[in-house]
Amino acid sequence: MAKITIRNEIRFILNGRDVALPSVAPDATLLDWLRLDRSLRGTKEGCAEGDCGACTVLVGKLSAGKLVYESVNACIRFLGSLDGTHVVTVEHLRGAPGQLHPVQQAMVDFHGSQCGFCTPGFVMSLYGLWMKSPDPSNAAIEKALQGNLCRCTGYEAIMRAARAISSYGKAAKDPLAAERKAITARLEAMRDGSRVEIGTGRQRLVVPANADDFAAVLDKEPGTTVVAGSTDVGLWVTKHMRDISPVVFIGNLDGLCAISEDNDVITIGAGVTYTDAFATLAKRIPALGPLFDRIGGEQVRNMGTIGGNIANGSPIGDTPPPLIALGAQLTLRRGKKRRTIALEDFFIAYGKQDRQPGEFVEAVHVPVPAKGTKFAVYKITKRRDEDITAALGAFFLDLAKDGTVADICIAYGGMAATPKRAFGVEKALLGKPWTEATVETAMSEYAGDFTPLTDMRASAEYRALAAKNLLLRFFAETSGSKAPFQVSRNEAA
Amino acid sequence: MNKHASPNLKAQKISGGVATDQRHDSAHKHVSGTAVYIDDLPEPAGMLHGCLGLSTATHATITKMDLSAVRAAPGVVDVLTAKDVPGENDISPTGRHDEPVLADDKVQFYGQPIFCVIARTREEARRATRLAKVEYSQLPFVTDIGDLDPRKDKLVTPPLTLKRGDAAAAIKAAPRRLTGKMRIGGQEHFYLEGHIAVAIPGEDQDVTIYSSTQHPSEVQHMVSHALGVPSNAITVEIRRMGGGFGGKETQGNQFAALAAIAAKKHHRAVKIRPDRDDDMIATGKRHDFLVDYEVGFDDDGNILGVDFMFAARCGFSSDLSGPVTDRALFHCDNTYFWPAVHAQSAPLYTNTVSNTAFRGFGGPQGMVGAERVIDEVAFAVGKDPLEIRKQNFYGTSGDKEGGRNITPYHQTVEDNIIHRIVAELEASADYASRRRIIAAFNANSRFIKRGLALTPVKFGISFTATHYNQAGALVHVYTDGSVHLNHGGTEMGQGLYVKVAQVVAEEFQIDLDQVKITATTTGKVPNTSATAASSGTDLNGMAAQNGARQIKDRLTDFAAEKYQVPRDQVLFLPNRVRIGNQEIAFADLIKQAYMARIQLSAAGFYKTPKIHWNRDKGEGRPFYYFAYGASCSEVSVDTLTGEYVVERTDILHETGRSLNRAIDLGQIEGGFIQGMGWLTTEELWWDDKGRLRTHAPSTYKIPLASDRPKIFNVTLADWPEANEPTVHRSKAVGEPPFPLGMSVLHALSDAVASVADHTICPRLDAPATPERVLMAIERLRAAGRA
Repeated sequence: MAKITIRNEIRFILNGRDVALPSVAPDATLLDWLRLDRSLRGTKEGCAEGDCGACTVLVGKLSAGKLVYESVNACIRFLGSLDGTHVVTVEHLRGAPGQLHPVQQAMVDFHGSQCGFCTPGFVMSLYGLWMKSPDPSNAAIEKALQGNLCRCTGYEAIMRAARAISSYGKAAKDPLAAERKAITARLEAMRDGSRVEIGTGRQRLVVPANADDFAAVLDKEPGTTVVAGSTDVGLWVTKHMRDISPVVFIGNLDGLCAISEDNDVITIGAGVTYTDAFATLAKRIPALGPLFDRIGGEQVRNMGTIGGNIANGSPIGDTPPPLIALGAQLTLRRGKKRRTIALEDFFIAYGKQDRQPGEFVEAVHVPVPAKGTKFAVYKITKRRDEDITAALGAFFLDLAKDGTVADICIAYGGMAATPKRAFGVEKALLGKPWTEATVETAMSEYAGDFTPLTDMRASAEYRALAAKNLLLRFFAETSGSKAPFQVSRNEAA
Repeated sequence: MNKHASPNLKAQKISGGVATDQRHDSAHKHVSGTAVYIDDLPEPAGMLHGCLGLSTATHATITKMDLSAVRAAPGVVDVLTAKDVPGENDISPTGRHDEPVLADDKVQFYGQPIFCVIARTREEARRATRLAKVEYSQLPFVTDIGDLDPRKDKLVTPPLTLKRGDAAAAIKAAPRRLTGKMRIGGQEHFYLEGHIAVAIPGEDQDVTIYSSTQHPSEVQHMVSHALGVPSNAITVEIRRMGGGFGGKETQGNQFAALAAIAAKKHHRAVKIRPDRDDDMIATGKRHDFLVDYEVGFDDDGNILGVDFMFAARCGFSSDLSGPVTDRALFHCDNTYFWPAVHAQSAPLYTNTVSNTAFRGFGGPQGMVGAERVIDEVAFAVGKDPLEIRKQNFYGTSGDKEGGRNITPYHQTVEDNIIHRIVAELEASADYASRRRIIAAFNANSRFIKRGLALTPVKFGISFTATHYNQAGALVHVYTDGSVHLNHGGTEMGQGLYVKVAQVVAEEFQIDLDQVKITATTTGKVPNTSATAASSGTDLNGMAAQNGARQIKDRLTDFAAEKYQVPRDQVLFLPNRVRIGNQEIAFADLIKQAYMARIQLSAAGFYKTPKIHWNRDKGEGRPFYYFAYGASCSEVSVDTLTGEYVVERTDILHETGRSLNRAIDLGQIEGGFIQGMGWLTTEELWWDDKGRLRTHAPSTYKIPLASDRPKIFNVTLADWPEANEPTVHRSKAVGEPPFPLGMSVLHALSDAVASVADHTICPRLDAPATPERVLMAIERLRAAGRA
């Protein structure tokens, strides 16, 4: 490996200006830095856990050489993770001289603000959407706003404003669009291939130069906290005030953010965000599209990674059950050594995964379901969008020519201490004709497979009943019954 | 305000008068991030930061409080406990002395503030707080009112009984009767800006406090009590809140009092901004209720007598639970005439945070109880609930047949327009034909069932404590003709400031941009009421109008004398004044008046006429008038999981002769969605240790943009006007739209009922989470099989 140069400062662009920070605490958040150090107080703290969107800013990153702006939650975004990016806050928005930006003017004219506290966050989310999609559908607007809470307006006025933005100006003439080339050049210039190291001892953060460098860093210091999207670790700091240092930031790391396809296996690098994985997964495994649309809000999807969702071992992570049902494999790496295991074997017990010190999740390999097989995933929550799973069921089915079940794999989240397969139910289905009678018999096996808990998201009784009923839904969907099978948000005009 | 420009002296109409659609006065600042909330104010050098230490026992005596590690933590300057409160350790807003600033030897809920760390930075204060070692001797606790007897168990404040006629006899004599029980959940305000207070010490005993409060005068009084200094030493200011919804009516007192105590003790500015979790754990919420009801009715579904018990979870102290539970009873009729009624409240003591004001203030809970009774009767007699609703409506004032317009509190309903509201909505929402379409859909859909409901709203306007129905305003006209406006109302997003400014602009006949809206402060207008009970515009608009009229009167006298014309020849035209045959600019008249030493400042005042209330007798006229509306919602429900979506909602709501339809529309849309959230996904959940576990947006789910009805038609009725002389005949709009959300609960109930062929009342409790919906479906299926 080529010798890695070390740099002792974080560099990024804040609005118009280059910033170089030689001293950054490992747990310093972007929001506190903006508000307290820079007195940029247009960006608000509503919840400090990435759920309300009042702190939304845009972060421009170079992704395969292309400058992409994404909305993120500044409250749980670590300052140290911003190296080589362009941070855009509401203060940077402007229209023609002396005028508001089209997004802002539309919000004013359509009465999209009442108390105004959430408004800068909405403006930034809408701005991020408008840059990508100047004439968005209602569904696209709702999706872009899943991570923004407003308690006053009931959203209708904001939706009206969002639909009208393009009548106030052209996205192509927007300042950020005009500056795109210059910003790209400035960001390219910041990418010097260095490893960033700041601080010493326990107050230390590292941004590796690339995936290999990350492997070397973690191998040397196995106790380091690995932070990818910080949608989980961010809360360790803001909510639990846990000491997370030393930290290694691996978001947007070369060598960890690739998606590739080979022989109907999709390999997703551990640093790939939900947003970046969406296009490939939704196209190749269409059932995952609607699920991904309901993971977090847009800001969380722009930050959070599939690797992190697996590595943190949560029993209510949304990606492990469907990936287990699909028979995904996981590559773990320590230094230069790699091993590949079945994803379902990674989860040993609550809070315990098959990950050795110094080892990290490098990639997950997802088989694309063969033609003729059936695959579905259903997420149940209290609120439809941006909610954490109460129960989530994933179903993979292969029927033999005679209509019997040749292969079945059913995995659940929210039903046990880990993502877990319904072995008893599978056994009751395997080899049997795929009929409602078979399904009804199999439904009685759930009680043996799962003993769910009662908590604030759902009672044990509800989890057990709804989880069981999902099998019936899957049967109905795969057996030519009459739709509709689910309530849906999107068919309306 | 619009850009400053010279006023148009030839205009036919002023720009920005009443009954025009003005944007929120701060909209351009909201969108550009330049609207200043308290946490955005520049911080004085040396400012300290406070963080509350919360109890980790639900009901206990404190046996030992070791704060040595807290005091030794980096950055910590002081740790305040109950003994540091120089005045009275009490912030009970009703004077019942049951709510300490900091708990002393006893804690009564999990999360009760027991100490307050003061440190150099907020971060240091937060970290230090966690180092406290507190030992408790546990006491028995109760968090759920389901475990209590509303007739026997401890109350936090005296209950209320309303009665008219002999309900027991009427029910007994009725051809049919039934009893039931309903659980109605509470609600977290989830204002986007959490609580915050900044106290800046002055000389002598003075403190200036910037407090995110709907009730600056109360903060002033509480701080003065806690400091043991007169009220005149305390000034409280608030330019805007990031949402209030009732959550900042009394709940800001604690933060303000502690910031002030620390500020005086250390002679430094002190800020306290709790994080979201502490805010949600340590401050009160909407009361949840258990409603027991008994109803007597005939075979046609005419209700003959009703008996209600409204038991409320009030928490450990009274706070506003008295008036909240009173208002629940005041709305247990909604739009219905109960021929004989008996209703009582039970404000129950529980070991939970003390519940408080929340948009509607108990009224929505009363109305939900009334609507449940309607549903029960409809299912019992096998009619569409809308038919039962309509046949039990109050009569109109012209209705001579039997006076079906007396409320349970003996006020006559004189302004009833619900018949027309509902008739128009029923037609525009196409209720009857959709009812048929839905029945056909349900017959052919195995898993997904649709439901439809139309629910009415009648909401009583005025504080039920008569003395709160007063307001003051301060109006200055400067020599350039520009106007400085101040009043006792607070701006929390509802558009009060712009509406009152419109009233003043209209009065002087000057463009709205000539009126500067200034921050609410106790130093300018004293002894104000909370901005609450939907009364902000009614009270402060009238007070400001009165202030402007005083000045206008003086100007008229002056002009008449100076120009030697009769008074009636002085006319205020847009941006100018016609005096006899000549016209001069308003600003020029002001200059002349100043030179002639005419007073150009006035303190306006208003008190609501006609209202009175005798709580002991349960009789009076607590409300000046009523506001009306109705909504119709259709939902789809997944009978396998209980998940649902709102397919369509139609609303017809009235605000009298609206001062600003754009602002009112926002209140209606926002109120509906907030009400829908309360009755659907917003669930407060305590664990078996008495800990609230839904204390952040990750666990407490308010509606998102994608929870809106897919089709959402909201119309302001353009024909009503207030039948009392309110400000420009407009009506209040803050709270009345909130219970429009009931139509979603009832549509869900209707969909659930379809699984048993509409033969069984689903008795769907609130919030109707997917879980409650599925469990109700299971219950109906089981009953259907039995």
